[in-house]
Amino acid sequence: MELAGASRHLLEVRNLETEFHTDYGVVRAVDGVDLHIDEGETVGLVGESGCGKSVAALSIVRLVPDPPGRIVGGQVLFEGTDLLQLDVREMRHVRGPGIGIIFQEPLTSLNPVLSIERQIVEPLQEHLGMTRRQASSRTAELLDLVGIPDPSARMRDYPHMLSGGQRQRIMIAIALSCNPRLLIADEATTALDVTIQAQILELMKDLTERFGTALLMITHNLGVVARYADRVCVMYAGKIREMGPSEELYGNPRHPYTLGLLGSVPRLDSARESGKLMQIPGDVPDPTMMPPGCAFHPRCDYAVERCSEEDPWMEEVGVGHVAACWERARVGNIESKMVSNRNVSA
Amino acid sequence: MRYLQTTSAATAVATAPDAVGALASMGEIAAVNLSAVPLLSVRDLNVHFPINRGFILQRTVGHIRAVNGVSFDVNPGETLGVVGESGSGKTTVARAVIQLERPTSGSVIFQGEQLVGATSDVLRNARRSMSMVFQDPYGSLNPRMRAGNIVGEPLRAHRVFESKNEYLDRVAELFQMVGMHPGVASRYPHQFSGGQRQRIAIARSLAANPNLILLDEPVSALDVSIQAQVINLLEDLQDEHDLAYVFVAHDLSVVRHTAHRTAVMYLGKIVEIADGDEIYDNPLHPYTQALLSAAPMPDPVLERKRERIVLTGDIPSPANPPSGCVFRTRCPIAIDDCAEVVPQMRSTGSLTRRHEVACIRAEF
Repeated sequence: MELAGASRHLLEVRNLETEFHTDYGVVRAVDGVDLHIDEGETVGLVGESGCGKSVAALSIVRLVPDPPGRIVGGQVLFEGTDLLQLDVREMRHVRGPGIGIIFQEPLTSLNPVLSIERQIVEPLQEHLGMTRRQASSRTAELLDLVGIPDPSARMRDYPHMLSGGQRQRIMIAIALSCNPRLLIADEATTALDVTIQAQILELMKDLTERFGTALLMITHNLGVVARYADRVCVMYAGKIREMGPSEELYGNPRHPYTLGLLGSVPRLDSARESGKLMQIPGDVPDPTMMPPGCAFHPRCDYAVERCSEEDPWMEEVGVGHVAACWERARVGNIESKMVSNRNVSA
Repeated sequence: MRYLQTTSAATAVATAPDAVGALASMGEIAAVNLSAVPLLSVRDLNVHFPINRGFILQRTVGHIRAVNGVSFDVNPGETLGVVGESGSGKTTVARAVIQLERPTSGSVIFQGEQLVGATSDVLRNARRSMSMVFQDPYGSLNPRMRAGNIVGEPLRAHRVFESKNEYLDRVAELFQMVGMHPGVASRYPHQFSGGQRQRIAIARSLAANPNLILLDEPVSALDVSIQAQVINLLEDLQDEHDLAYVFVAHDLSVVRHTAHRTAVMYLGKIVEIADGDEIYDNPLHPYTQALLSAAPMPDPVLERKRERIVLTGDIPSPANPPSGCVFRTRCPIAIDDCAEVVPQMRSTGSLTRRHEVACIRAEF
């Protein structure tokens, strides 16, 4: 698609592979992921636990714990530079001013023995070369920006003195403190209550729009990204299986896994009498013993013989919409979708 | 024969032989509902936890009002959904019903028997007909017991079998009821996935043939695709065995899908309770409205059109709840009176579609 080496995207991940060496064998958590994000774009990366979505994010910013983890292949091109080729010091200057990260559990990602101020001042001094005084007043501005009341008093607090929602606001303030071009939010609202989740999501949307920051939202919740993402990638067993513009992907899913995920979420707007939920049979495969061919075939209604022999590659199924499934033509067909729905619930 | 068509593939083994019995029990549901004797009746339930200070000379400096004046009924074969955010007291309500948490005051009448302050004999008896499934399938199964022993434990505790063979048959049957092969009985919990563990917990809760199961966030620790399996299983079991559920969850869409009646809790109180889809189609309490609008839906077209009510601030501490209406500090339509008056439940709707709301500003 692009010239070798060069990239016209803000972030382009090519054939990324990350392995974990465990006592039970080698786990290929990320198994050839291709992904790109343009300036100011919001992309959702959706998948169930263990699909490799968090490891993919950690690999992009090179925070995979090594050992046991290791990035074994691929390229991560950020503004044209391959982050996998940088040395440790150079990489440290990408995190912060280049890419900001928000993790799921704010209580474990904030340092409990440092005040909020110390934790926000640190990247400001380190990356932007601010003096202590400048950084301190910028901290108050940032806290105000993320909606913390009475910022100059709150910044002397310690993480345990704040509620979960406020802690996540602090995480956002830290991640945005150096004006990154890309923000990665890894399950940033999963630990929060729905009403607080709504607050934080709206805040992230406002701020990324205001500063033109690109956003990679990683979540297991298809509902969370529906409202915000321009494009959505669906990941299963280490690979992206389907990717497309949100409306297209939700409205016309072409991979049986995406279809199954959408069908298994109860809908708030459908009555109780709407009948059984569609379910995906079985469990996520053991990562040390991945099924041959397409990793989804043992749970798939559409599986044919070829699926257990050959792993399908991404093919275009619509404008900017790709899916990796041999039977994508059948999945796309509305008629067969209804048949499958009946099969699953019967 | 609706069962045979709608039963999930995973439970088909268990359903087929039971189909005749299940149809018979359908008739019973209708009969019991007509006579309208609630299976469970909770009135003015209070659960307060003392806050203690000091190490040797402990003194109580206040109370966490986890549950504050909660009343509801559950009819046989019916699901009551209890929704709320963390700290709303929804789990404590479920635990107080089965007396894992001793209520400070109030009454819990189950099958005509008062459980608050009851003797251990009465409780033991009640707990044969009532069981609980906990949120965390990793924490709620003893890691040193085999799956078969876990599932059979209620049978042994209540001595509801005549012979060893009868016991083993029943355990095998229970595994089949939840869509698992009885051959897995000799495995330990760590050998199962999260979804399978929750099936084991459900099998255990079914062991002594209960009439009521308290489900405390039974699917929130599970992945989306596994969630659907467990929800479908719970619905099938309810139809087949005429079970009543108290389904505690924070996810409104899950509750809408499973509940016949839904209660919304905030800071220890039920703020709104209604039959069927009423609460979702016609929410009256500003908290319910905000909760509904904040729940994400997997539909980008709809989501982008949807108006979202974003509440400001966090849930206040249950040790020091606001005066008057507990929701007033975050309420978009609060007036001065809300700080003065504790709102009482007001009824609207009809006999077949009951709807009660505790808000002085709600209009209907």
